[in-house]
Amino acid sequence: MNALVQLLTEHRLALWTIAAGSLCSVSCALLGCYLVLRRMSLLGDAISHAVLPGIVIAFLLQGRASLPAFIAAVVVGMLTAYGTESLTALGRVPEDTSMGLIYTSLFALGVFLLTNLARNVDLDPGCVLYGAIELVPLDRQEVWGLEIPRAVVSLGLTAVATLAFVLLLWKELKIISFDPALAQALALRAGLVHYLLMGMIAWVTVASFEAVGSILVIAMLIVPPATAQLLTDRLDRMLLWSVIVGILSSILGYILAARLDTTVAGMMAVVAGCQFTLAALVAPRHGLLGQFVARFLLSLRIVSEDLAAMLYRAEELARRSTSAPLTWARCARALGGGPAAWLSALALRRRGKMQFGPGFRLQLTDAGRESARSLVRAHRLWEAFLVEYFGLPLDHLHAPAERVEHYIGPQLQDRLAAALEHADTDPHGRVIPSAGETPSPPAP
Amino acid sequence: MNLVPSYNTLIVLAGTSLLGAGAGLAGCFAMLRRQALLGDALAHAGLPGLCLAFWLWGERSLPVLLLGALVSGIAGIMAIAAIGRFTRVKQDAAIGIVLSTFFGAGMVLSRMIQNRVSSGSRAGLDSYNLGKTAGMISTDVYLIGGIALVALIMIVALYKEFKLVSFDPAFARVQGWPATALDLLLTLLVAIMVVIGLPAVGVVLMAAMLILPAAAARFWTDRLGVMLVLSALIGAGIGGLGTLASAQFSLSPAGPVIVLVGTAAFTVSLLIAPRRGVVARVLAETAYHRRLDEQKVLAGLREAEGDEPLAVELPPWRFAATAGRGARRRRAALQRLMVQGFVRPILGGGFSLLPSGQQRADLVERGRKLWVALLLRYPELAHGYAELDAETIDDLLPAKIVAELEADMASAAPEWSP
Repeated sequence: MNALVQLLTEHRLALWTIAAGSLCSVSCALLGCYLVLRRMSLLGDAISHAVLPGIVIAFLLQGRASLPAFIAAVVVGMLTAYGTESLTALGRVPEDTSMGLIYTSLFALGVFLLTNLARNVDLDPGCVLYGAIELVPLDRQEVWGLEIPRAVVSLGLTAVATLAFVLLLWKELKIISFDPALAQALALRAGLVHYLLMGMIAWVTVASFEAVGSILVIAMLIVPPATAQLLTDRLDRMLLWSVIVGILSSILGYILAARLDTTVAGMMAVVAGCQFTLAALVAPRHGLLGQFVARFLLSLRIVSEDLAAMLYRAEELARRSTSAPLTWARCARALGGGPAAWLSALALRRRGKMQFGPGFRLQLTDAGRESARSLVRAHRLWEAFLVEYFGLPLDHLHAPAERVEHYIGPQLQDRLAAALEHADTDPHGRVIPSAGETPSPPAP
Repeated sequence: MNLVPSYNTLIVLAGTSLLGAGAGLAGCFAMLRRQALLGDALAHAGLPGLCLAFWLWGERSLPVLLLGALVSGIAGIMAIAAIGRFTRVKQDAAIGIVLSTFFGAGMVLSRMIQNRVSSGSRAGLDSYNLGKTAGMISTDVYLIGGIALVALIMIVALYKEFKLVSFDPAFARVQGWPATALDLLLTLLVAIMVVIGLPAVGVVLMAAMLILPAAAARFWTDRLGVMLVLSALIGAGIGGLGTLASAQFSLSPAGPVIVLVGTAAFTVSLLIAPRRGVVARVLAETAYHRRLDEQKVLAGLREAEGDEPLAVELPPWRFAATAGRGARRRRAALQRLMVQGFVRPILGGGFSLLPSGQQRADLVERGRKLWVALLLRYPELAHGYAELDAETIDDLLPAKIVAELEADMASAAPEWSP
């Protein structure tokens, strides 16, 4: 216990800094999810840039970040969203152009005021633009007898407000994010919710500018939600992941920045970007690796099904005439060779559908024969169906059936058989295996 | 206060004007191809490359720094394309991710450089965030001018091709043009322009420099060629005026001043441009509504008077006096018609059409019938003529179609009487 207390006091500055960063990322990560889902990420960017003149004017009037500063900035933020819409409607300017125009202009105004009029005020341009999270622990105030940095208090309040906002408007936000038309139909006041969201984003931006600066708020708004989007398909989990990614960015960003002696805000953005890259590569379903594995497994399944069907057909032939036994070399050549053929053979054997006989001869097991029969049945049913209903010539049947056979399950097979009035043979005169027939191994 | 600019100011002035002109040229294509925000991403993504180039080269050499910025800016654009291509993340989020991550990396590098490099040569890296024109020397101006010239030559030489891929890339591809290569070339043009603008207006505001002149020029014309020339001129004007203003009133950095001058130019264009400007459009809309009101009144009077065109002794028709919705607008329309000599008041109240009014009312009626016939015959064209004016239908539709419609009306007249 004492060791813990000692540890906490030793690293108090670092912990307060990390706490400020984490609280800021929590608010941003929650609201950012809705921006990303609604494909309005750049509106977040625009608002975060545009609140700058609001902040500066409030500082000029008040001298400190305070309630008027918040209100001014929130108003400017909502004006940005409104201005973008009305400029698009009024001036028939493309939406991206009008957004770019409004926020760069407001930002230019902010920088102009900041660098020219605010010289006498206690407001450092660098702090506003790039944040000064390192200085957060130095400016403290007393809350319930505890010395807590002022920024942590305001960021904490913001985080609580954001959480309350998300929870209270959970249903509304969800519907306007996923189905704006339904929101309209339910008379949900989508416009009101939209502007409330924009107002919250402006608030969070103002609260965060001390921590990460007004430029990098966008990193915390967009990157964690985009990362979370790659990790899950559910909204609640997306919010959760987003918050986790945001907090991780603050912690790792602080540690790395301390190691390299550089800016914490910049490092937080870089860490968030790295997490996104990682997720894009290895996320289970939506990552590149995940997609690659899924595609690889699909092609492996198809090749091994083809191999089993090939063996089944060889058995059929062997029953009618004496032909040369199917050796592995011939099979592999027919499957196109290469590692895919090998892997498919190994996969079939591992599932107990095939075994290697003497002299590398491949033999289906009973289980293997059963699944191969289903595949061949699908293939021949489809060929018969194509002739019966589309009148395709005989030499046009094999290729489509070869592709589609892997996707016709037992139920569809039965429907096809019924549609063909349970024909016995396919157009080439080969027997269509029936569904319930017990397979028999070829006579040795 | 010195009103005659010094040699240094002239150098800077030439540099920012050339930059504005070049950005104006490239910006037209960026805006038309909906890539306005790509310029923003490019500018932000250039920062880490700029810092790395500074670190590796060891001193402030503009061409080397800009080359570094160009390389990392293009890497950023490729990252955006790759995110859009390979993941489910949409383009807007991809732009946000690349923009913020690259900029963060740039800040990290810049701080590390400031901590390590001796103080003498580190000056200037910070200025790339907000832009600093004061440090511009004549070789920088040659570089900017040269690149702007190359851009100009490229646009003149490939004008037709660029136009095609900007407006209809699918058609360009179908026609067998190397659409992808042209696309890349245009993107490269934008990238180079953005990068050479970094020293003057800075990372954050370069996007504005790119789109402001183009967006302002767009209000004045519908032709690409004219728009390019105008945009280049506006860009040069913005750059020059912004620099002069910031030098004259010792405002620094110059970037925001230049952008604010550009915003003013844009706002003026937005308001007063002849056809697309807000004022002109509001006026046109008012005139259109007035004409509609007049047409309604004329049609009403015509109906009331029946087929006797000059019957003065008609019972007083109290059209204008009816209360209810639109009464005031109807009265105003009636007043205008009286002033124009289409309608006259009758003793004892009411109004009557004069011969010219009768003529115009017939024209309106014919137009309305033609309009109905058009909707019946070509319903698929309806949205193209949404604001069709009953009096100008003859100007809008080809004579052949009008004849066709009239034949329709003659053959089945009773159906269309309203």
